[in-house]
Amino acid sequence: MRLTCPLCGERDRREFYYYGAEDYLHRPAEGAPLAEWDNYLHLRDNPAGVTKDLWYHEAGCSQWLLVTRNTVTHEVLGAEMVAGRAK
Amino acid sequence: MPELIAKTALEGQSLTVGTSTLAEADVGRITSVAVFPGGAKAVAKGLKTLGLTMPEPNSLVERKGARLVWTGREQAFLMGVDCPELEGAAVTDQTDGWTVLTLTGAGAVDVLARLVPMDLRLPAFPVGRAVRTQLNHMNVVILRLGEHAFEIMGFRSMARTAWHELEAAMQMLAARNGTKF
Repeated sequence: MRLTCPLCGERDRREFYYYGAEDYLHRPAEGAPLAEWDNYLHLRDNPAGVTKDLWYHEAGCSQWLLVTRNTVTHEVLGAEMVAGRAK
Repeated sequence: MPELIAKTALEGQSLTVGTSTLAEADVGRITSVAVFPGGAKAVAKGLKTLGLTMPEPNSLVERKGARLVWTGREQAFLMGVDCPELEGAAVTDQTDGWTVLTLTGAGAVDVLARLVPMDLRLPAFPVGRAVRTQLNHMNVVILRLGEHAFEIMGFRSMARTAWHELEAAMQMLAARNGTKF
């Protein structure tokens, strides 16, 4: 598996660390209902198909990446930097 | 305060095996320049005194013994000279934290191929490129300064491990090249 880092270019999977679902980017606002926090912390989808998750380029540029990939075909569809994204 | 003598981690040792030579280099001062958001203009102005500009990702710029190496998003290492007054960036001395090894010779690229998870052959990694990657499991910065000339920057605390890894790879390669099938 290879990921194309927006800064470093195409790199081997062993340079990256997997963190988890994209959900971690959507932290509920302060005072949000408990159900929303529960969802943010514990509930995850398990999609067969296109999924987005967070990877850390630990042996490269040390950037967090949002990677789009397909869990059925194993295609990697793209990666963007988390830094500088519009909230 | 007494005058202290700075020593490099490996006392400048060198080793030739087969067609590649490994040596420790003393590159002088190393300064990290981490640009603040919105600080790019001020940094560019400060670097102008050295005739340098912030390098593109995966590359380095050189001028009159001063070298600026890309080391991350909005960050570069200034090597070989004292850092001029810089506004708009966090400037920190990194000299003591790093060990720089040179790997030269026709076999150098094949030695690195055994340890580095990326293509370092000339078409994919031309002269003037600088990348952050791994040497086995150690994070390093690898610079290509010539067709058969690389510099490997690693953490000083891992200097002897890096040396050991490279020496082992050099010997394995030499042994393989000397074997007739």
